[in-house]
Amino acid sequence: MNSKRRDFLKIAGLTAIAGIAAPSAFNTLLKGEANASSAPAGGHGAAAVTGKRYGMVIDVKKFTENPGLAQQCVTACHTVHNVPDFGNRKDEIKWIWVESYNHVFPENTQYKRPDSLKEMPILALCNHCDNPPCVRACPTKATYKTKDGIVAMDYHRCIGCRFCMAACPYGARSFNWRDPRGKDANGQPFIKELNPKFPARMRGVVEKCNFCTERLAIGQIPACVEVATQTKALVFGDMNDPESEISQVLKTSFTIQRNPAIGTHPSLFYII
Amino acid sequence: MYGKGRIIPALILFLGLMTAPMWFKSGDVSKLPKPEKPKDYTECVAPTQFMRTAHMQLLNEWRDDILREGGSRTGKTANGTEYVRSLQNGCMKCHSDKKKFCDDCHNYASVKPYCWDCHLQPKEAM
Repeated sequence: MNSKRRDFLKIAGLTAIAGIAAPSAFNTLLKGEANASSAPAGGHGAAAVTGKRYGMVIDVKKFTENPGLAQQCVTACHTVHNVPDFGNRKDEIKWIWVESYNHVFPENTQYKRPDSLKEMPILALCNHCDNPPCVRACPTKATYKTKDGIVAMDYHRCIGCRFCMAACPYGARSFNWRDPRGKDANGQPFIKELNPKFPARMRGVVEKCNFCTERLAIGQIPACVEVATQTKALVFGDMNDPESEISQVLKTSFTIQRNPAIGTHPSLFYII
Repeated sequence: MYGKGRIIPALILFLGLMTAPMWFKSGDVSKLPKPEKPKDYTECVAPTQFMRTAHMQLLNEWRDDILREGGSRTGKTANGTEYVRSLQNGCMKCHSDKKKFCDDCHNYASVKPYCWDCHLQPKEAM
């Protein structure tokens, strides 16, 4: 009697283990290949390139050669997109702005640097990261990545929580603390001249550069790039197209990116 | 009836007050809103009845399609006229007077859409 009971328990146990393990073992075997990592199949290297990915090369030397050009780019962008000027840095809204080398590349902590870097006007704007932290932080999907690599915003959905501002490592996002369509103490509107083709924003939403999606859609280049066309200080295009101008520039020039170590894969490249 | 000297006049007064809006014709149902239609255009992007009931959904669809899916920024009407799928650059091109078109119905229905907190009205109405 005792030995029979023992055999019964053994068989029952083995059956249970086989029942639990078999499906997963079969699944792994039938799929043909068991990956060591959880990365997508295909093994090593980057995933295959599909679709467009817009990017921009900023040739900082050209901005030093043409003083005032950087500011023209900023003005052009802010005029086209109805960006308000509140007249103080606390409430400032900026889609593209001029910044010092120390602030744009704080991780480059060389003990000695060329003097020329000090006065260099460096344009900074949204990096349109391939792996954007702001998109992950947004609780309402108000900010998202489009198929052509642009990190865009739908202001209708923004609830003004500012998680994206905390998440963005580049300070590329601004919050509307005040009504951008309002007027200052002297009765001057914050948006000097409204562009009737583009909407404004309302108080309580975050805004940022949209790589001029609305202009690309009708075959125009971004407003800042248009201003810098003659000097070729800004090169814009599809980085996935090997024939595009930007691909050629990236192939032939050494460029640096803002804080690449954090893995955001920015689409902005700087020639210093 | 006990205390009818006070109850009956009070009842009459009460009924009078309750029905006062009817006597003074406030909220007259016969005064339906008449939004001013554009003179130069006869055809909208969809049939009138659909636009009347579902223009807000249509605007949301355009927005999501264009912003998120990379959809076309232009569309074609049933008769083949091309239009811009945009409130500011499309709708308002024909319906250029927001006060006479949008506000007429919105006020009647007591809805307050926040379109114009951000979007810009055509110059005439601003």
